[in-house]
Amino acid sequence: MTDTTAAAPHHSWFHRNRKTITPWLFLLPGILFFSVYVIYPIIQSINLSFYKWDGLGEAEYVGTANYERLASDRAFTVSLFNNMKWLLLYLLAIPAGLFIALFLNQTVRGIRIYKSLFFFPFVISQVVVGLVFTWFYDPNFGLLNGILGAVGLGPINVLGDPALATYGIIAAGLWPQTAYCMILYLTGLNAVDPEQIEAARLDGAKGWRMLWHIIIPQLKPATFIAFVVTIIGALRSFDLISIMTNGGPFGSTRVLSFYMFEKALSEYGFRMGYGAAIAVVLFFIMLFFIAYFLWSMYQDEKGR
Amino acid sequence: MFPTPLERTSRSWQIGYQSLLPVAVIAWLLPLLAVAMFSVKPSSDFTGGDYWSWPSRFAGFENYGRVFTDSPMPRYILNSFMITIPTVIGAVALSCMTGFALGVYRFRFNLLVFFLFIAGNFVPFQILMIPVRDLTIDAGLYNTKLGLVLFHIAFQTGFCTLFMRNFIRALPFELIEAARVEGITEFQIFWHIVLPLMKPAIAALSVLIFTFIWNDYFWAVVLTQGPQAQPVTAGITSFNAQFGVAYHMLSAGSIVAALPPVLMFFLMQRHFIAGLTLGAVK
Repeated sequence: MTDTTAAAPHHSWFHRNRKTITPWLFLLPGILFFSVYVIYPIIQSINLSFYKWDGLGEAEYVGTANYERLASDRAFTVSLFNNMKWLLLYLLAIPAGLFIALFLNQTVRGIRIYKSLFFFPFVISQVVVGLVFTWFYDPNFGLLNGILGAVGLGPINVLGDPALATYGIIAAGLWPQTAYCMILYLTGLNAVDPEQIEAARLDGAKGWRMLWHIIIPQLKPATFIAFVVTIIGALRSFDLISIMTNGGPFGSTRVLSFYMFEKALSEYGFRMGYGAAIAVVLFFIMLFFIAYFLWSMYQDEKGR
Repeated sequence: MFPTPLERTSRSWQIGYQSLLPVAVIAWLLPLLAVAMFSVKPSSDFTGGDYWSWPSRFAGFENYGRVFTDSPMPRYILNSFMITIPTVIGAVALSCMTGFALGVYRFRFNLLVFFLFIAGNFVPFQILMIPVRDLTIDAGLYNTKLGLVLFHIAFQTGFCTLFMRNFIRALPFELIEAARVEGITEFQIFWHIVLPLMKPAIAALSVLIFTFIWNDYFWAVVLTQGPQAQPVTAGITSFNAQFGVAYHMLSAGSIVAALPPVLMFFLMQRHFIAGLTLGAVK
């Protein structure tokens, strides 16, 4: 263990500066990979959004033309509006997850298995979730219409109806997302201070009042993470739409992430510049949230 | 504990709760149970238009057998493993290093680099899509497993760094200080002191990344095509095209495609949840 001092008796430059150099040496491979595949592509995409490019020939500079076209593109407006629906409705996963966590936060026999089974949908790929729900909604043999039929309703074709399709897909997405929020809250509930609960009980707090004034404030870290992952999940929605409706019927279930993919890599020719412009819009929506998350984390870091 | 522990509630609520649990879990997993039932029905049940009755006989073995013998499914599954495992190793290795650098050393730009990793991890995939696709094509890696692996490693490094750095921050710093006094090199501190302590984090992160990458669909569609390199998430769509309306086969195929991360979850549950909920408590 003394070989370094023996090998460098005159305290080499490296040895003197090792505490400055070492972290950068350790960071180098990670930063390299991340810059090439994440940071630089962001800049490239923003740049590309000012060009017209079919992916093969010469790119032609068109200024802000792509963005101007977006403003009058109905498909874009529909996608943007659907993104808002996703954002708002996806947040339901947070109270739903809390509700299930409260339901399961007991110590009866076999409760661990129940918790795992409730969490189960999160582990399955969204592709399979999408297929499962497509069949669930199927107008001919789907379980949903079976249930509706049993109570004298329906049949409805959820994914075939432009007014319903997006909500049907969001419901499918809420299934794994609720499971995720549930597990966050179960962990959070584990760490809630039992003494505070007992003290509040002695003061006569119970039920909703206890939940609202004692429990939820202590679950704040879990809520923050649930919020982060739900927002990101809502804006990343792509797999379910691609599998369940492929953007249809009549483009009514497109969101920005899907529309961008469609434009840039469609069968009818690649419109890379226009696709990049859509991606940039989505990126800036996301950036708004990322800035908020980072700001919260920064406040946390300072507090340490 | 909140809500009130069951022992302290009325007898009738205890019985009610105990009987509600299985009902709730069945309702929660209903869409999945339906698919599981479909997958063991013989095809004759479907041709008769009889979707919802109990399987006339158990046809699980032939249906699942056909998934493996009559389709490129084994190829897709193998591809998924060959994409997922190297990604897990690569991303964990890189983030052990970045996490160590950001967690142990105080230097200018530490927080900036850290936040850059986090922010990058949150960006929408679409802002990366065109340049990453071009880069992969230019490198001759389009439609190869390596092309997907390299991108996944890079992208996952963001999340993994967040995870590892926070984990290392919680380790006892005195240990490292003591080692420095002993004259141990910085690399030896990483290798002999910090890395052994990171084992639980490595385990948690590995299962988590395994699931994320196995379930990736978007990048599989963007960077690969055809059974040669495509993972099972993308392959399942061609599988479905092959079997059309043979719902027993489609169901069996979906279950096969979903199974590896599910097994991983049930085997490594503790690590999985530890990884997922990092930061959910303070």
